Amino acid sequence: MACSATAKIIQPPMSINSTRSPDKSDNCTKLLCPSSFLGPNKKLFSINKTISPLSRRSATVVAVSSDVVKKKKVESNPVSNLLVTKEEGLELYEDMVLGRSFEDMCAQMYYRGKMFGFVHLYNGQEAVSTGFIKLLGNRDCVVSTYRDHVHALSKGVPARAVMSELFGKTTGCCRGQGGSMHMFSKEHNVLGGFAFIGEGIPVATGAAFTSKYRREVLKEDCDDVTLAFFGDGTCNNGQFFECLNMAALWKLPIVFVVENNLWAIGMSHLRATSDPQIWKKGPAFGMPGVHVDGMDVLKVREIAKEAITRARRGEGPTLVECETYRFRGHSLADPDELRDPSEKAHYATRDPITALKKYLLENNLASESELIAIEKKIEEVVEDAVEFADESPVPARSQLLENVFADPRGFGIGPDGKYRCEDPKFTEGTAQV
Amino acid sequence: MSADPKVFLMGEEVGEYQGAYKISKGLLEKYGPDRVVDTPITEAGFTGIGVGAAYYGLRPVIEFMTFNFSMQAIDHIINSAAKSNYMSAGQISVPIVFRGPNGAAAGVGAQHSQCYAAWYASCPGLKVLVPYSSEDARGLLKAAIRDPDPVVFLENELLYGESFPVSAETLDSSFCLPIGKAKIEREGKDVTITAFSKMVGYALQAADILAKEGISAEVINLRSIRPLDRSTINASVRKTNRLITVEEGFPQHGIGAEICASVLEDSFEYLDAPVERIAGADVPMPYAANLERISVPQVEDILQLTKVGRRLICKKTNEAE
Repeated sequence: MACSATAKIIQPPMSINSTRSPDKSDNCTKLLCPSSFLGPNKKLFSINKTISPLSRRSATVVAVSSDVVKKKKVESNPVSNLLVTKEEGLELYEDMVLGRSFEDMCAQMYYRGKMFGFVHLYNGQEAVSTGFIKLLGNRDCVVSTYRDHVHALSKGVPARAVMSELFGKTTGCCRGQGGSMHMFSKEHNVLGGFAFIGEGIPVATGAAFTSKYRREVLKEDCDDVTLAFFGDGTCNNGQFFECLNMAALWKLPIVFVVENNLWAIGMSHLRATSDPQIWKKGPAFGMPGVHVDGMDVLKVREIAKEAITRARRGEGPTLVECETYRFRGHSLADPDELRDPSEKAHYATRDPITALKKYLLENNLASESELIAIEKKIEEVVEDAVEFADESPVPARSQLLENVFADPRGFGIGPDGKYRCEDPKFTEGTAQV
Repeated sequence: MSADPKVFLMGEEVGEYQGAYKISKGLLEKYGPDRVVDTPITEAGFTGIGVGAAYYGLRPVIEFMTFNFSMQAIDHIINSAAKSNYMSAGQISVPIVFRGPNGAAAGVGAQHSQCYAAWYASCPGLKVLVPYSSEDARGLLKAAIRDPDPVVFLENELLYGESFPVSAETLDSSFCLPIGKAKIEREGKDVTITAFSKMVGYALQAADILAKEGISAEVINLRSIRPLDRSTINASVRKTNRLITVEEGFPQHGIGAEICASVLEDSFEYLDAPVERIAGADVPMPYAANLERISVPQVEDILQLTKVGRRLICKKTNEAE
């Protein structure tokens, strides 16, 4: 049985990329071919060419400067050569199905008028969110962009809270004051949800700075890692480079995760970037840059493990470029006319959920009925979330002026529970603070 | 910084250079490079890093070499710092201070001389403080660092060199001033002059000269632009019945405009004369020393306006032409 298991593993789970040509020993020499880019021959990005499992993993790693990322990992389970255990596999499957069903339900609700404003859906990119975030602990932080529903869900924010927030109800995770693009959760350490691209990167770098500061200055036992998620368009923005520089300079515990879905609204990545290989920007700043197939949750998870462990050990940041794709338009208001249908069809065949399902079934990690049970369960969770959100009240009018400041009076509350500025001795300057 | 190890200073030249204007002199030796962090020239980057650190539990003080450079980082000040407590419904508060010199210096040209008080003061979620004297600087900065919300602390480069008498109370280590309260620097009964930062000094000088001519001016040092101390200003206007606001920044949509409008709203019946505002000239700051001098309000401008009033000045200027 072990032999046949190994034999099965030898084929990578995503064996659909038959269009890869054999002569790509060095993809750096492949020049831009915009016309062929839009079709299935996306040689520019695929570098997975080898067959055996161990070297397959190292082949996905195109780090130019760091040996750390290239080193071969010891299998956690020497007997089976599989990448995940059954529990882990099911957890990943459930998380991805939750992300997909939730986003599909968002689309439905939007067209029924229950959700409004800007809604950016994550369909197709679930492998990146699940692959990375499921490796984190509660105290680790996630910082995202406006496409943040699924990041919040993966990190543990309840589906009910996210759905209510989208409906603008007071039971949402931000009491209806944030909205689709601003998911914050202190409990789960989701630090937003930012509308401006690139805005989250310095904030994530700051959270990583705090981890390091806590460890070195405050002498706390802190090895929290921060993940910053952002897209291909952001990689041309000044703040991205500023943060790559400072994170590498100060060796901050952060992983920069690029969700390269090749399109920034209607602007193709190739039209906007002088050198479209984003992973190369890492070594320019002194950190490893890695490219990974973002439609395969297992590959993403392997790279994520390395990058996160690296950060926890204090060795500094990593730049991980995940090649992925969004099945829907940029937002629900986007007619999505510029993308070539054949490109969409190509990526639809690489759907991460289908691929994981196939892997689990082929490797006997789960049975069909278990997976269907998970799907049913998620359906119920999402329906329940919608019902909850529907029945929740809208914010009271008095909520408008709340929470502008943490302390509106400017001084905080003293130990006796009263506003400090009302203590006359305080303003005289002799009170104890 | 000595009271709370979570407070740290970050900015350009704050460490080894001892501060671009020597404000952070000695701090590097005392607290070390982990707490006094020299950054590369990346305003947007390090301001965002400060905001992220504040989200996650530290109390950063971010220094801008001048507030003109804060324009490179203004997205973080407004969008990720000021608005976060609201957008997260109180979950994430941002105990950060953005400080640095603001307004005109001497001969530094248009791109280094703008006053940002009006820009930041219009944004809900920020507190904007402007010290004048040493007592103000000490008390307000301590209050700002202890405050759990984002504070924009606008200093003035020319005031760095001025000395002020301070009381022993001020030197006490727990001395703080309340945010949102203005100070009446000089009591008077004929006219109220509101000012902040450097203009307070000019207003006081003008008040001295006016006193010799029998006009008693009440000078209010605003200290806190947001929240504005409307009650002190209105109480003063109700007493004196006349208002002049003085500021260094551009006149349109400035601090004076806000004060005048709020006094009209609250104390219209008490006014004996139209409200007047004195502001900088409506031009980017010129370089030539004589032009620079007339682009910023001077003591003579305050005197002339107080004695004569705007309509009469304009009439005389038009006649002169």
